[in-house]
Amino acid sequence: MNYVKLILLGLVALVAAIGANWARDLAYQVHALLVMVVAFGMFIWVLRGTDEPVEPAPPSTTYFDGVIRAGVIATAFWGIAGFLVGSFIAFQLAFPELNFDWGQPFTNFGRLRPLHTSAVIFAFGGNALIATSFYVVQRTSAVRLWGGKTAWFVFWGYQLFIVLAATGYLLGATQSKEYAEPEWYVDIWLTIVWVTYLAVYLGTIINRREKHIYVANWFFLSFIITVAMLHLVNNLSIPVSIWGSKSVQIFSGVQDAMTQWWYGHNAVGFFLTAGFLGMMYYFVPKQAQRPVYSYKLSIVHFWALIFLYIWAGPHHLHYTALPDWASTLGMVFSIILWMPSWGGMINGLMTLQGAWDKLRTDPIMRMFVLSLGFYGMSTFEGPMMSIRAVNSLSHYTDWTIGHVHSGALGWNGMITFACLYYMTPRLWGREKMHSMAAISWHFWLATLGIVLYAASMWVTGIMEGLMWREVDDQGFLVNAFADTVSAKLPMYIVRGTGGILFLSGALVMCWNMWMTIRGGAPATAVVPNSTPAE
Amino acid sequence: MTDRKIDETTGTETTGHSWDGIEELNNPLPRWWLWTLYVTIVWGIGYTIAYPAWPMISGATSGLLGYSTRAEVAEDIAAHEALNEGLVADLNSADLSALAPSDDLHRYAVSRGASIFRAQCSQCHGSGAAGAVGYPNLLDDDWLWGGDLASIEYTIEHGVRNEADFDARYSQMPAFGEILPADEITSVVEYVVSLSSPDHDSGLAEMGSTVFADNCATCHGDTALGDREVGAPNLADAIWLFGGDRAAITKTVENARFGVMPAWGLRLSDEDVRAVTIYVHSLGGGE
Repeated sequence: MNYVKLILLGLVALVAAIGANWARDLAYQVHALLVMVVAFGMFIWVLRGTDEPVEPAPPSTTYFDGVIRAGVIATAFWGIAGFLVGSFIAFQLAFPELNFDWGQPFTNFGRLRPLHTSAVIFAFGGNALIATSFYVVQRTSAVRLWGGKTAWFVFWGYQLFIVLAATGYLLGATQSKEYAEPEWYVDIWLTIVWVTYLAVYLGTIINRREKHIYVANWFFLSFIITVAMLHLVNNLSIPVSIWGSKSVQIFSGVQDAMTQWWYGHNAVGFFLTAGFLGMMYYFVPKQAQRPVYSYKLSIVHFWALIFLYIWAGPHHLHYTALPDWASTLGMVFSIILWMPSWGGMINGLMTLQGAWDKLRTDPIMRMFVLSLGFYGMSTFEGPMMSIRAVNSLSHYTDWTIGHVHSGALGWNGMITFACLYYMTPRLWGREKMHSMAAISWHFWLATLGIVLYAASMWVTGIMEGLMWREVDDQGFLVNAFADTVSAKLPMYIVRGTGGILFLSGALVMCWNMWMTIRGGAPATAVVPNSTPAE
Repeated sequence: MTDRKIDETTGTETTGHSWDGIEELNNPLPRWWLWTLYVTIVWGIGYTIAYPAWPMISGATSGLLGYSTRAEVAEDIAAHEALNEGLVADLNSADLSALAPSDDLHRYAVSRGASIFRAQCSQCHGSGAAGAVGYPNLLDDDWLWGGDLASIEYTIEHGVRNEADFDARYSQMPAFGEILPADEITSVVEYVVSLSSPDHDSGLAEMGSTVFADNCATCHGDTALGDREVGAPNLADAIWLFGGDRAAITKTVENARFGVMPAWGLRLSDEDVRAVTIYVHSLGGGE
């Protein structure tokens, strides 16, 4: 087995070396060198392990938590990186000098912006999803993760994807598709990693010792499968050269735009909504120690949500080359989506029946509840903004940015922090987090940050929309574009300040996690020997 | 389902399953939730009947209301055009210099010109028309090529030093760095500074005045007040296109400058050019 590995790794290193030599652009060259170093390092590592006594496989009576511990740390790390870049580019917009002439083209807003979005969505959010899904699927299936060490491949493969994507943006390799910027070879690599992830996840569910599949796993599974499909279709492209990063999209014109926003909207729908609802359905009842409010609601809103979300993409393309009929359908499905989205919020909040007093005493519970509140708010705001008339005001303005961030910071960020606080002491054999007061600090810093962010973006977005459309009685535009830019400056500073507060809260969390983990030993969680439940 | 039990806190039955200790209550769907969902579905069906929505084999249903986003915009534009119809015709025929600021036509032309200016001209001249280094300020009364309506209209229509329009305003200052020795350039720069600033070396400027008379006066005039025939700037008014400190003036003298403006007559309609003319003229410096 090791010999096969050695041959494969050697081949990869060799091809990467050839690629680095023949590379047609800087990004490809750096990536080829990176892959070469990684493959060569692993080659040496496998070689050193060959003919060593084989360690016995860990017993199947324990949960596979090592990869989750790594995921928890990676989530916190990428979170800080993403928030830091986000705060920085927020100030770049307020003070363009921060683009730094000496750092061009690498320090340009245009290159740092996808670095920020990918870092928070895919690196922070993605690691959180992988870690929590592995945590949840084992515990609700009462079996160890399927596939032995395969989960480690998923984890490290995903980190490699993140590094390739991030360095690619800085070096100028991009498909110019929002949230799908990585070029073809990075896409192929992610596909391999993702399918492996699906296999590990599905294998564990198939092996489960519970008769029924818990609702959290429906959501996680729908997220993994749909993201695979979205990723494959939206990234269909032909490389210009196998030794270069540039590729040409298969679709063109409005078809490309429609495919992109079918992807883009469902990245929100399945990555940031369905996947995170999976987290919610496990960690909220666990933290509240209460039963889930309604099984029926969870079924109905799950199927309604995944059926409806997939149609909603065209609302990103109102008043464009997209035909009116597609735009109408996108809007109608978005509005019908309102209640199915709220089903998750209701089920989460109502699970606190009989445990509302925990809000006073438990800052982690407070985070969960706040995240559900923001979830409810942004899933109301979304359908509202999809209405053509509202969209004609909000589209292309900062209102959209505010909407995304009340969802991303409020819902995804807050619930991820709460899950990290839930898992960290349990994974490292501690009774609880090092400091409960620090969690409270984090809660208030983050909340205040989000409020500043969302409020300033509403104000500036609506102002911008009104200024753009303002015409005098003879039908002439009143404002120049630059007038709106200068009018937005104060709100941009408020927004950046909000970002700094949010980042500070996350730094407090990292300190708290560090203090909790330090000195603790990795805990071995035993699979309970329960008979399969009815 | 023998494992079903009653949750003590709420008195609700559970579904009888338990995953890692998590149970589920057997609550029905909240009525308000369900009815709101139904209402949005009914509304959705109605909306897709009223508006273009369902794709068919060729084309899509057009909706009972006959709505289309493009038609909506077209109507909007047509309504404004109908409203302004008479004014557009007048703009083409009117004697611009006879327009009083209180005339409807004048107000219309200024609004129209301003709107075009913000879209087409503000990139160089600034959204307030105050200019930038290399791009003239249009608010003051210092005109390179003339500030009356006819001159402004000519400049906008044909542009400056572009290759697209044969009739563009054209002139070129020699690069004196290749013509004059360095000490003469230093002295002529000092002379130019002395024209508008008391803070200068009068001995050096005195020497420079001879250099100026020999080399520069042909275009900039004996008193350095400029010449609009050739777009030569007035050097005595402390208004600078490329900067008025010694370093900037030296750079101008040594290398010359070559500001270019597009010929907007090739891109805008006649009435648009006239409207921008009136707008620029109305900014404060019009003659």
